Amino acid sequence: MAVTYLFVALFLGMMGYTCHYAVTHRQEMINNSYNGRQELLISQNTRGTIYAAGGQALAQTQTDADGKETRNYPYENLFAHVVGYASNGKFGIESSSNYYLINSNAKLADKVASDVAGAKYPGDSVVTTLDVGIQEVAYQSLGIYKGAIIVSEPSTGKIIAMVSKPDFNPNEIDAIWDDLIKDKESSVLLNRVTQGLYPPGSTFKIVTALEYIRENPETYNQYTYQCNGKFSLGEDSINCYHGSVHGYEDFSKSFAKSCNSSFANIGVSLDRAKFGATLNDLLFNQELQVSFAYNQSKLAIDGSTSDSDVIQASIGQGTTQITPLHVNMITSAIANKGVLMKPYLVDYVKNNENAIVKQFHPDTYKKLMSEEEAAALNGLMQEVVTSGTGTKLSGLSYTAAGKTGSAEYNSDKSQSHAWFTGFAPAENPEVCVTVIIEGAGSGGDFAVPIAKRIFNEYFGL
Amino acid sequence: MELYITELSKYLITLFIALYTLECFLVFRYREEEHRGGIYIRQNLLMFLVHFSCFLVICFETGKLEYLLFYVLQQILLFATVVLFRMIYPNGNRLVINNMCMLLSVGFVILSRLSYEKAIKQFFIVTVSIIIGMLIPYFIHKLKFLKSLTWVYAAVGIIALGIVLILGSVTYGSKISYSVAGITFQPSEFVKIIFVFFLASALYESHDFLHVVITAVVAGVHVLVLVASRDLGSALIFFIVYVMMVFIATGNWIYLFLGGAGGCGAAVLAYQFFTHVQVRVQAWRDPFSCIDDAGYQITQSLFAISSGGWFGMGLFRGTPGSIPFVEADFVFSAVAEELGIAFSMCVILICVSCFIMFMDISIRLQDGFYRLIAFGLGVTYIFQVFLTVGGGTKFIPMTGVTLPLVSYGGSSVLTTLVMFFIIEGLYIIKQEEGARRVRKKKRIRRTEQEAVRERKQAKETQ
Repeated sequence: MAVTYLFVALFLGMMGYTCHYAVTHRQEMINNSYNGRQELLISQNTRGTIYAAGGQALAQTQTDADGKETRNYPYENLFAHVVGYASNGKFGIESSSNYYLINSNAKLADKVASDVAGAKYPGDSVVTTLDVGIQEVAYQSLGIYKGAIIVSEPSTGKIIAMVSKPDFNPNEIDAIWDDLIKDKESSVLLNRVTQGLYPPGSTFKIVTALEYIRENPETYNQYTYQCNGKFSLGEDSINCYHGSVHGYEDFSKSFAKSCNSSFANIGVSLDRAKFGATLNDLLFNQELQVSFAYNQSKLAIDGSTSDSDVIQASIGQGTTQITPLHVNMITSAIANKGVLMKPYLVDYVKNNENAIVKQFHPDTYKKLMSEEEAAALNGLMQEVVTSGTGTKLSGLSYTAAGKTGSAEYNSDKSQSHAWFTGFAPAENPEVCVTVIIEGAGSGGDFAVPIAKRIFNEYFGL
Repeated sequence: MELYITELSKYLITLFIALYTLECFLVFRYREEEHRGGIYIRQNLLMFLVHFSCFLVICFETGKLEYLLFYVLQQILLFATVVLFRMIYPNGNRLVINNMCMLLSVGFVILSRLSYEKAIKQFFIVTVSIIIGMLIPYFIHKLKFLKSLTWVYAAVGIIALGIVLILGSVTYGSKISYSVAGITFQPSEFVKIIFVFFLASALYESHDFLHVVITAVVAGVHVLVLVASRDLGSALIFFIVYVMMVFIATGNWIYLFLGGAGGCGAAVLAYQFFTHVQVRVQAWRDPFSCIDDAGYQITQSLFAISSGGWFGMGLFRGTPGSIPFVEADFVFSAVAEELGIAFSMCVILICVSCFIMFMDISIRLQDGFYRLIAFGLGVTYIFQVFLTVGGGTKFIPMTGVTLPLVSYGGSSVLTTLVMFFIIEGLYIIKQEEGARRVRKKKRIRRTEQEAVRERKQAKETQ
């Protein structure tokens, strides 16, 4: 009978929907602050520990004799932003892995033993991809400067280190919270790696170069330009960094020397609609599939963009804003033959007896460019190190590749953020480093040496 | 120690109810009741096991003995219902009775967990309802004039709903109940049955266009009064029942499509004119955007459903109390949280099994009036289950109706029990129709045989 079948079908649909919804939304629901069940889990289970990849505890809950719990961060300021804090709204891994940390997959016998002892159940622990040694070097190198450093593995997407300064001591978060909130000037709580929006400066020439290669796949190597230190088009003009005059140059030299005039010249020749499409390919103006708090990079170019804006955009100035994370993602895609791996921080979740509860695997995010394009950019970036603005990285036991940037951020042209983004070894990249130091000066002078220290640490030199 | 019991019982309870549910559908392999005896006995055993294990957990978790006593009373009531029914009505349908008792016991378990006082109250209402209900099959069977009360049903229905509209107390945005001597009635529940009787008596003999129009007017008045009382869930049930019954009485697909189109049109109008409809649709489409007010209930319900996993948090180990009106409108979510998604799916399947049995009884009834009643009650029942489960899981917008037999609410449980016992009465009528047919066939065969014999004798005498 038709009506019977109708209702039975309706119910099967509803049941399928309900099961699917309940099972797939569990984590999201528990993390919702309106869900009282989070409190229930917190009252049942001791919050789990966050470990570095090497097994060092980065955040742990200590219970005193009265049963009072405190969240302790043994490395204090070192992992402040990436590990985050568990009170005042939660941040970092403490927030993104909260669900795992407040759940307990301890064995039934252990739970019973806890019941008998009148203790809480041991919560599950999270093992991150972070490396304490590299994090320390990155942290020390940045010194007293404001800025951000991210170190990742291009072939997997694992984030090995993530430093943001100025920082804070998460052990004191409750005491210093009000002051940090009031201080709008230095935004200490901001994780500059994922949330800091900066002008990309010359690191953006990677993108401009990619677009030029895409539009001129056969002939880009025949490009030539005579630099007299200045590029003018109508009323618009720009200068090369600190008034340098680069003279005769080809495509590779324009990139290696980071010649603004040549790249402005390249920029105005580009098809703006296609340029816009490439930006979308490279994840500008989009939400990112990452499990941590971030800001979207902003730059839109289309057929109606003016010459003046295109000139500025081509050299990474103007209204363009990008996060160090995003720069690192584009760089690691170049290092990984065009394929971007999804950046991640948590390797696996384990219970109190080290049995794995959930293992996270490297996952392809998206192919950002073809293998040929990636190889071409890799070559250009090696040239930067051998004969361009990144020579402080040359002559080492490994070959590095990268791009520097000196991003002007206010009307005072003498001040700039120092950028470097690159990877090593160039022929078979293992590690990708992105550095920005706020207001330090040129990328080649300030950011490259920091990258060098990190590469050295990574390769054990 | 308790932990072992809670954890182990989670899996056992799920296993028991899953086996019970399986038997619910194995019943349909056999056409006749006499072949199903073994299934029913196993069901009774499994019912007992589910009920017993749940209360065992409750007693361990609370450490209160009064739950044990309460459990014994429930067990006596359910056992007596199954046994007495079989004694009084040997021709009755035991699947309907078993499912009824199973759903009641799930209701007792979850209500005991949510509120002991409310569970006690519910227990008394159920006891009284079952005593009344036991008489119903007899009267359905005997009272032949039920077919001719068409206009009485219409009048009683409209007046009962009208009184609520005028006098009724406002409960949470809709005027749906009134109190007599301290007992609160929700007439829209009882009128559901009367409405089905009205449609059946109006349509069973003649279902020409005129009759369809007349019933449409009466049904329209019911629905409009309910809409005016802002009881949109009930209004929707009445509307769907009307469309379905006209379709089945006439066998004309055009009425079904007209009804569907009319329903969509009415839904659009309701959305345009009533702000509380807009609020509910908004709360359905994106409850998290209005989590502070309109979306609060539904999001709390979703939290509950998604927290338990397949086997649930265990009784008293979740926090279903955070859902407003959990005992009445969101009991399904509480079941899903503490007893698990698997258990709650079994509950839905048991409801579906009841519905299929109602439809089966309807098809096999000869008499048009009874056939329409079985069909109408079946649709009323299953559509209400659909509204409450779908509403609580964000499958459809929330309408705030109860889960029959499981939810807290006197009017709801009484009405549903009456419906189930009416179905039993119809089943007994069906059995007798069958028996009469067999007798008639036998009689015909006998007279034929006699005629042959007479002819033979006549030949021999020649």
